[in-house]
Amino acid sequence: MSPGPAPRATSALLYLDGVSKSFDGFRAINGLSFIVEPGELHAVIGPNGAGKTTMMDIVTGKTKPDEGTVLWDGRVDLAQIDEAGSARLGIGRKFQKPTVFETHSVEDNLLLALNADRGVFATLFATLSAAQATRIDDLLALVRLEDRRHTLAGGLSHGQKQWLEIGMLLAQDPKLLLVDEPAAGMTDDETMRTAQLLRDIAGDHAVVVVEHDMAFVQALDCCVTVLHQGTVLADGSLAHVSAVPAVIDVYLGR
Amino acid sequence: MTRLHRLIILAVLCLGITSTASTAAVADEISLREIAAGFVDANFSGVSETAQALAETGDPAAAVILQALREGRLHWMKSDEALLIADRDGREMRLFDLFSEEPAGTARRRDLSKVTVNNAIRNQVDGLIGGLTLLSPDPEARRSAVTAVFERRDPAFLETLDQAIEQEEDARLRALMEEARAAILLADDGAPLEARLAAVATIEARGGQDALSTLAAALSEDAPPALVDAAAEARAAVEARLKMWGYAQNVWQGLSLGSVLLLAAIGLAITFGVMGVINMAHGELVMLGAYTTFFVQEIIRTSAPGLFEWSLLIALPLAFLVSGGVGVLIERGVVRWLYGRPLETLLATWGISLILQQTVRTIFGPNNREVGNPDWMSGAMHLGELTITYNRLWIIVFALAVFALLLLVLRHTPIGLQMRAVTQNRAMAADMGVRTGWVDAMTFGLGAGVAGLAGVALSQIDNVSPNLGQSYIVDSFMVVVFGGAGNLWGALAGAFTLGIANKFLEPVAGAVLAKILVLVFIILFIQKRPRGLFAVRGRAVEA
Amino acid sequence: MSLRALDRRSWVFLGLLFIIVVAVPLANLATAPGSWAHLPSFAVSLFGKYLCYALLAVALDLVWGYCGILSLGHGAFFALGGYAMGMHLMREIGPRGVYGDPVLPDFMVFLNWDHLPWFWHGFDMFWFALAMTMIVPGVLAFVFGWLAFRSRVTGVYLSIITQALTYALMLAFFRNEMGFGGNNGLTDFKDVLGFDLQSDATRAGLFVLSGLALALGFILCRVIVTSKAGKVLVAVRDAESRTRFLGYRVESYKLFVFTVSAMLAGLAGALYTPQVGIINPSEFSPANSIEIVIMVALGGRGTLVGAALGAIVVGAANTLLTGWFPDFWLFVLGGLFVAVTLFMPRGILGVFDRGGPVRPGAPAGLALRRKEA
Repeated sequence: MSPGPAPRATSALLYLDGVSKSFDGFRAINGLSFIVEPGELHAVIGPNGAGKTTMMDIVTGKTKPDEGTVLWDGRVDLAQIDEAGSARLGIGRKFQKPTVFETHSVEDNLLLALNADRGVFATLFATLSAAQATRIDDLLALVRLEDRRHTLAGGLSHGQKQWLEIGMLLAQDPKLLLVDEPAAGMTDDETMRTAQLLRDIAGDHAVVVVEHDMAFVQALDCCVTVLHQGTVLADGSLAHVSAVPAVIDVYLGR
Repeated sequence: MTRLHRLIILAVLCLGITSTASTAAVADEISLREIAAGFVDANFSGVSETAQALAETGDPAAAVILQALREGRLHWMKSDEALLIADRDGREMRLFDLFSEEPAGTARRRDLSKVTVNNAIRNQVDGLIGGLTLLSPDPEARRSAVTAVFERRDPAFLETLDQAIEQEEDARLRALMEEARAAILLADDGAPLEARLAAVATIEARGGQDALSTLAAALSEDAPPALVDAAAEARAAVEARLKMWGYAQNVWQGLSLGSVLLLAAIGLAITFGVMGVINMAHGELVMLGAYTTFFVQEIIRTSAPGLFEWSLLIALPLAFLVSGGVGVLIERGVVRWLYGRPLETLLATWGISLILQQTVRTIFGPNNREVGNPDWMSGAMHLGELTITYNRLWIIVFALAVFALLLLVLRHTPIGLQMRAVTQNRAMAADMGVRTGWVDAMTFGLGAGVAGLAGVALSQIDNVSPNLGQSYIVDSFMVVVFGGAGNLWGALAGAFTLGIANKFLEPVAGAVLAKILVLVFIILFIQKRPRGLFAVRGRAVEA
Repeated sequence: MSLRALDRRSWVFLGLLFIIVVAVPLANLATAPGSWAHLPSFAVSLFGKYLCYALLAVALDLVWGYCGILSLGHGAFFALGGYAMGMHLMREIGPRGVYGDPVLPDFMVFLNWDHLPWFWHGFDMFWFALAMTMIVPGVLAFVFGWLAFRSRVTGVYLSIITQALTYALMLAFFRNEMGFGGNNGLTDFKDVLGFDLQSDATRAGLFVLSGLALALGFILCRVIVTSKAGKVLVAVRDAESRTRFLGYRVESYKLFVFTVSAMLAGLAGALYTPQVGIINPSEFSPANSIEIVIMVALGGRGTLVGAALGAIVVGAANTLLTGWFPDFWLFVLGGLFVAVTLFMPRGILGVFDRGGPVRPGAPAGLALRRKEA
C-alpha cells in the first residue's frame, strides 16, 4: 500500500482523467475528468443517472473503471485498491441513505470509526486510550448526541443518524470526505448547520459533496461541477454554472 | 430361440425352398443316415465330428437332426442302432422318424440310449445350425444364423455363406453376412492372403467391440506378417472409433443426468431465482410428486388395470396439483412472513422438509415403493455403439418440454408478466394493482408444482422413498448456484454442464470421487463468479 | 481481560455449568446403584455428549450470531475433530483388535492393506492427535474461508456452499479408499491414555473435561465478542459494506472468526468421539449441521449462553422423544425450525432481553435484498 518515493504526477489530492465505466452496455461514466485539490470544498450536482454515485464508487475502490486514470495524492492508482484500502489512504465516505451500525451504541459507532490500527489482532487486544475517549466526547458534542451516547444507533431518528454518520466520518480523520446528499431528511435548520460544518471542515480536509438541494449548495459557497450522462457539463461557481445554457436545459431549467 | 429355429427348419422343409439352391450338394437321405450313424455310441469328440460332417453336407435336413441333438432328443435303439428322435412320455418314450418327424411308435426307456452333448458341442451345434439356416426365407432366422456363423468362424460355412450373400436382398443382412465371411477368412490360414487382407478391411468397417475381439483373436500364430500388421492397424482404427463412441456415450449419459438435475432444479430456479426464496423443502415436493405417481398406479392396479399405460400421464397433472398445493400452503403459512430474511426462510423450510418427510414415512412406511414403468418407458434402442434406454430418453424430452413450457409461462402469460413485475419492483407493481401476495403464492406454487412434475419423472428411474428429496437437494442447489440464480437458462446450462462433467469424470475417478470433484469445482467456481454463469450484472446488483 | 469480558449472565452460566460438572459425576460415582440419587453410567456419557454439542453450538454462534455467517457445514469441522481423536483411539487399540495386528487398525487388515497410510502416522501420540483435532478443522476453515470471503461470497450463497462442503466430505469419508474406515467409521475403542473407556471413572473424567472445554471455549468467545474486534464483527454482520468503507478488511475478520470457530468445533468433536464410542461419516451429513443451527436459533443467537442452552434442550428433547415416540421426533424438530423462525427469531434468551431496538426485519448483514438474490 505504501506508495514509496515514486514521483508525483500531479499536485491534486484526487485526479480523475478520462474515466469510463459501463454496466451491461449502459455507460454510467463516460470520459470523466475531475480534480480535487487538498483542502478544497467542492460540490457535485447533476440529475439522476448522471454518474455521481458511480464516480464515488470508483474513487472508493468499490467499482473498477473500464478505462482512464484515477490517482490519489498524485501517486496511488485507486483502480488497484479496494474499499478498505481507500479508507486507509484517507478517503471517508458518507452514504445517501444513512448507514450506521444499528445494534451498536452511538459511542461504539464512533469508536469503530476512530482513526486507529484496523488489523484483526490490533483490535482484538485494543484498549481505549484517554486521547481516544476525549476525541469521542468532542465528536459527540459536535454532532449534538452527547445525551444519546449509550443509545443503540438503530433507535435514533433519521436526522440523528445523518449526524452520527458525519461524526463517524470525522472520527476517521480522512484527507478527503465524499458526502452523498447529507441534507436529505434534515430540517432547514439542520441543513444550514450541516453546510456550516462542512465549510468548517474544509481547509483541513478536502470535501466533495453530492447534493440536489440548491439552497444547500448555495450555502456551501464553493466550486460546483455539473455532471450529465457521465461527463462534466460545466464547472465554476454556482452563479457561473447556473448561467450555462446546457446546464439550464438538462437540469436547472426543468 | 430354439423353438423358433425348429419351426423355421420345418418351414424350409415343407416348402421345399431349398430346391432352388442350385449348387449346394444335396445329399440323399441314405448318405445322411450313414453320416449320422457316427453318433451311435460315440464319445464327445465323435459326436462333435459327426455333427460337423452332417453340417458340411449343407442339407437342410441335417439341421433337423442337429436341432434334435442340441435339445437332447436324439436317441438310438440299443437293439438295431437306428437313430430316432424321442420324447419322454411318462415311463415310455414316444418316437419320431429322424427325417419325416412322423410318429414312430413308442419304446421303453431302457431300450433307448441318448446321444449326450456337452456345452462345447451345444455351442458348436448352434453355429452349425446357423450355417444351415442362412438360406431360410425368414429374415429374422437369417439374421440369427449369420450372427451364429460370425461367432463360430468355421470355414465350412464359406460356401453356404457365399451362396447366401448372392441371394440376399436385404442390404443390412448382406453386410452382416459379408462381415461374417470376412471373420471366417481372417481365421482361415488356408485362405489366400489377398482375401484375408480384404477381410481385415471389412471387419474394420464393421467396428465395435466384436470387431476388436475378432481382430485380436482370429489370427493364428502362423499368420503372415502383412496380415498381422494390417490387423493391428485395423484394431487401432477401431479402437479410436470406439473411443469416440465412448465419448458419445458419456455425453449421452451426461445429458441424461443433466436432465434429471434440470428437473430437480428448475422449480428451485423459480423460487430461488425469481423470488429469492430458499426452499429447502423443494426436494420433498419432488418426493410428493413421486408418491402421487405411486398412488395413481395403486388405484389403477386395483380398479382399472387397463389404464396402466396411461398412469404417468394421469399422474402428471395430479402431481402438479398436489405439490403445487402444498407449495402454496407453505408460502401462505410460513414463507410470506419471512420475505427479506433468506437465512430464516432457509431454516423454516428445512423444518417443513423434515415434517413432510416424516408425514410420508408415517403414511406410506419407510421402505421403497414400487413404481412401474409403462411399456413405452421400458426397453432400449441402439444407435451405433450407443445404447439409449427409452426411460432416459423420455426424461430428457420431458425435462426440455417442462423448461420450454416454463419459459412460455413466464414470458407470455399474464401471471408470468405479473411475476416479473413483482420481482423487479414490488412496490410499483402493488401500486399498479397487482395483488403481490397472490402473485407470490402463485409463483411459489408454480415452482412447487414443477417439483411435483419432476417427481413423476424421477419415480421412473429412482427409488421412491421418503428420502428421495434429500438425495437431490444439494445437487439441485449446486445447479442453481452454478448456473446463476434468477435465470432459467442458467439452470439449463448449469444442469447439463454438471451432468456431462460428472459423467466424463466418472470413468477416470469413479462415481463418488467424480461427484466430490464436481462439488469442489463448484466451490472454487463460485469464488470466481459468485453469482454463477449467467449472473445479472450491474450497479444495482453489486450494491 | 477475561474477567471484564464476563457479564452477569456469563457468571450465572459458568456457575450452573460448574454445578453440573461437579454434581453429575458425583451422582454416578459416589452413590450406590439403585439409590434414588444414583445416575447410571450411560447418562454421564449422554450428558457429556450434550456438553460437546453445546461447545459446537457456541462455536457456531460466534460466526453466525456475531458475524452473520450462517455456516451449514460446521458439523464437518466437528466430525474432523472427532475423526482425528478417533484415529488416536484406533492406534491405541494396538494388538488387541480382532485381527491382532500391532499397528494396523482392523478395517485396514480387513481391506488387505499392508502398511499404514501416511496421514495415519503420528496419531499414536496423544498430544499430536489432540493438536490435530483443532489444526485440521482450522486449516480447512482457513483455506475455505480464504477463498470464500476474499471473493465476497455471502449470505445464502455462502450457506449453500458450506453445505456442499460437508456433503462432499461425507461422500469422501464413505469411501473405503479414503482410509478412515468407510461406512463403519472408527469404533471399538478400548482406552485413552491408558484409561479404560468403559470404566465409570473415565466416563466421569471425560464429562468433566467436556464441561471444562465448554467453559474455556465460552470464555474465549466472550473475550472475542467483547473486544473491539467483536464490535467489528457485529458491524460486519449489520452493515458489511459500511465496515469496509471505514477501512476494516472484512474478509480478515471473517477468516479469523471462522477459523477460531472451526477449531472449537474440532475440539468438541474430539471430546465427543470417546464418549459416544464411534465416529462415522454420517456425522458429516448436512442434516446434522443444520440441526446445530436450530440449537443456536432456539437458544438465541448472538448470546453464546443461548447457544449452549439450545444445544442442551434440543439434545435432551431428541433423546427423550426418540426414546418415547420415535416417529414423533422429526415432527417436533421440523416444527421447532418453523416456530423459532416465525415466532421467536431472537430465541429463548432473546425473549428475556430488553433495551435493544426490535430488529427491523433482520440485521442488515443477514438480509440479502430480494432484488439481489
